[in-house]
Amino acid sequence: MFDNVWLIPILPFIGFLINGLFGKKIKNETVIGTIAAGAVFGSFIVSCMTLYKLLSLGSEERLAEVKFFSWITSGTFNADVAFLIDPLSCIMIMIVSGVGFLIHLYSIAYMHGEEGFYRYFAYLNLFTFSMFLLVLGNNLLLMFVGWEGVGLCSYLLIGYYFHKKSAGDAGKKAFVMNRVGDFGFLLGLFTLFWYMGSTHNVWTITFSEMAKTSHLLPTGGVVTVITLCFFLGATGKSAQIPLYTWLPDAMEGPTPVSALIHAATMVTAGVYMIARMNYLFIRSPETLTVIAVIGACTALFAATIGTAQNDIKRVLAYSTVSQLGYMFLAMGVGAFGAGVFHLMTHAFFKACLFLGSGAVIHSMHGALHHAHSHDDAQDMRNMGGLKSKMPITFATFLLATIAIAGIPGFSGFFSKDEILWQAFSNPHHGSLNILLWGMGAIAAGLTAFYMFRLVFMTFFGECRITPKAKDHLHESPLVIVIPLIVLAGLSVVGGYIGIPKVIGEVLGGIPNYFEHYLDPVFKYSEEYMSVHGAHGGIHNIALEWGLMGTSVLIAIIGITVAYALYVSNTGIPVKFVAAFPALHRAVYNKWYIDELYDFMIVNPCKSFSQFLWKGFDVIVIDGAVNGVAKSVMALSGVFRLMQTGLLSNYAWSMAFGVVVMLSYFILK
Amino acid sequence: MANFNGYLIISAILFSIGTIGVLTRKNSIVIFMCIELMLNAVNLTFITFSRYLGNLDGQIFVFFIMTVAAAEAAVGLALIIAFYNNKDTIDVDEVQLMKW
Repeated sequence: MFDNVWLIPILPFIGFLINGLFGKKIKNETVIGTIAAGAVFGSFIVSCMTLYKLLSLGSEERLAEVKFFSWITSGTFNADVAFLIDPLSCIMIMIVSGVGFLIHLYSIAYMHGEEGFYRYFAYLNLFTFSMFLLVLGNNLLLMFVGWEGVGLCSYLLIGYYFHKKSAGDAGKKAFVMNRVGDFGFLLGLFTLFWYMGSTHNVWTITFSEMAKTSHLLPTGGVVTVITLCFFLGATGKSAQIPLYTWLPDAMEGPTPVSALIHAATMVTAGVYMIARMNYLFIRSPETLTVIAVIGACTALFAATIGTAQNDIKRVLAYSTVSQLGYMFLAMGVGAFGAGVFHLMTHAFFKACLFLGSGAVIHSMHGALHHAHSHDDAQDMRNMGGLKSKMPITFATFLLATIAIAGIPGFSGFFSKDEILWQAFSNPHHGSLNILLWGMGAIAAGLTAFYMFRLVFMTFFGECRITPKAKDHLHESPLVIVIPLIVLAGLSVVGGYIGIPKVIGEVLGGIPNYFEHYLDPVFKYSEEYMSVHGAHGGIHNIALEWGLMGTSVLIAIIGITVAYALYVSNTGIPVKFVAAFPALHRAVYNKWYIDELYDFMIVNPCKSFSQFLWKGFDVIVIDGAVNGVAKSVMALSGVFRLMQTGLLSNYAWSMAFGVVVMLSYFILK
Repeated sequence: MANFNGYLIISAILFSIGTIGVLTRKNSIVIFMCIELMLNAVNLTFITFSRYLGNLDGQIFVFFIMTVAAAEAAVGLALIIAFYNNKDTIDVDEVQLMKW
């Protein structure tokens, strides 16, 4: 049925091999770019075929496992290299290959003339390969291989401009923080495997078998430990509190990398992982509460930081952290379908926003370069008025911004509103629900504010660079513009496949296709909830409309405030900063979280390492080794004096020895 | 019985003289002769005990020792000549190339 699915990851891998091994010799950018983008396009075609085949099956039959070979076999334990084809993995491969292809295409123009062009595309293809492994693997171990692979590629690509120290540091930071999360992932895997094996003799890490045996796990207790460990892994990969600080720094990488890895695909791996193992998470109400609270806190917290940043990419980075918070909020309230839906729409509009910002930066960079100016090409304070210079970029950027702000009719509205409603009405968290909804709604308002602040500062008003540089600003080439248009289109219409039920009924009974499509994946959770979920949640259509209206109103307020502050009365932000200097400093400096981490963890670690190096290693270890050698030397320095070279001395000592020995034997 | 004691006492005296000679003298030829003296003292003991015990093993040992001593004399004298050629002396205190 799905015989050719192996092509999906293999094509980018071949691209990686060709570009990685021979790219330096090929040199020709067109050839390298075509190989890389073509490989991902091939994956996209195969993914479309796979999705088509899957859809042609009945809803209950949409689960297939394609085994290639046995990977590890030890006793009753078995891990295959096998792919799991189900609605969830199909959505993910469509996003990865579709958005991935557009970004590869975009990169050909964006990275034009860069040193190490081939290296960039080799890494990008390797990333795509690893991401496919992550989402297609049918067992936890294969998923972990992909999980580590994308982490490695993320590190390599963040540090792409490795001659810049900040880029290298950012890469290291991302890698180390991800290691903390990976540690949690592994602990979760081991605990699950050990517990299921030792108490129920079920030695499996295959998702489909885990789903069938998950009823053996008691609610709470051990399953809470397991799921919390997995969630720690998710916080690392998906940049949630407390491990989110690497993502804003990851903006040191090239902008298309930020779009692909740090917005659309890799950072959503944690969400995917939770959705994939929903049958475990649903069994632990404690974990769900932790996930929901952390998700809501991250959504709100990152949004506040986003309001005061001036670097265009950093705003988008905090926006990504915040939107990922929404997805985790959805996971935490048991709305797995809504979370994955938001994952998809977010992939569209955030990729579009990042690529748009990349086009702006590219153009700014060129213009500033021509004018011999050393101004920062990424600082929004240097931009302004780009609307007329880059009309297509502006139009696509605006559409994506409207989508992320949650204006009705655009994709972000459908997914975000579904999450907010589920946060309010879910049966899991009781009175906490109102708080979760409130945090989500405020974050939505802040999102609308900072995104429109970004749009107004970048595209509206007067151009703030020198007139000489201004003349060099121009619209980007076609290869950059086409992905923008496609992604903007998807940001607008992508939401219509998942219209929330209440709206669908008003529109004449349009079902929520997306949720029905994902139903088979979450059926174990549904069954569990139908047995254990006594409260049943809130079903009040009037209330749902009311909340929807409220969140839209909050978003519109956010936009209005942004318009008031950054278009009509541009003096106010300055006065505001002057009035509350401490507040502005705190927000601008990201609430000093990095400094706090430095103080609490990084510096103690460094001092401890210094102690281990200078104190323990140099003094104790080296001291012991050198001490032994030195004492041997000192002793031999004494004993060698016995070698006088005089025959009589030797003869005397021999005679003396003989006498001593003889007297011992005689007198014994 | 007294006979055997006499032989053994003479042997002991000879051995002691040889030992003291090796320990105290500097002339390498004298030291060499003292070593021969010690070997022959031992030979005498072997013979005595061989007679005493009525066992020929001791006498066989004596033959071996005499053979080895002859070989040793050849090598030793050659060394002493070589030494004399180099140093113009046969004083053993001059031989301390292996000093620490």
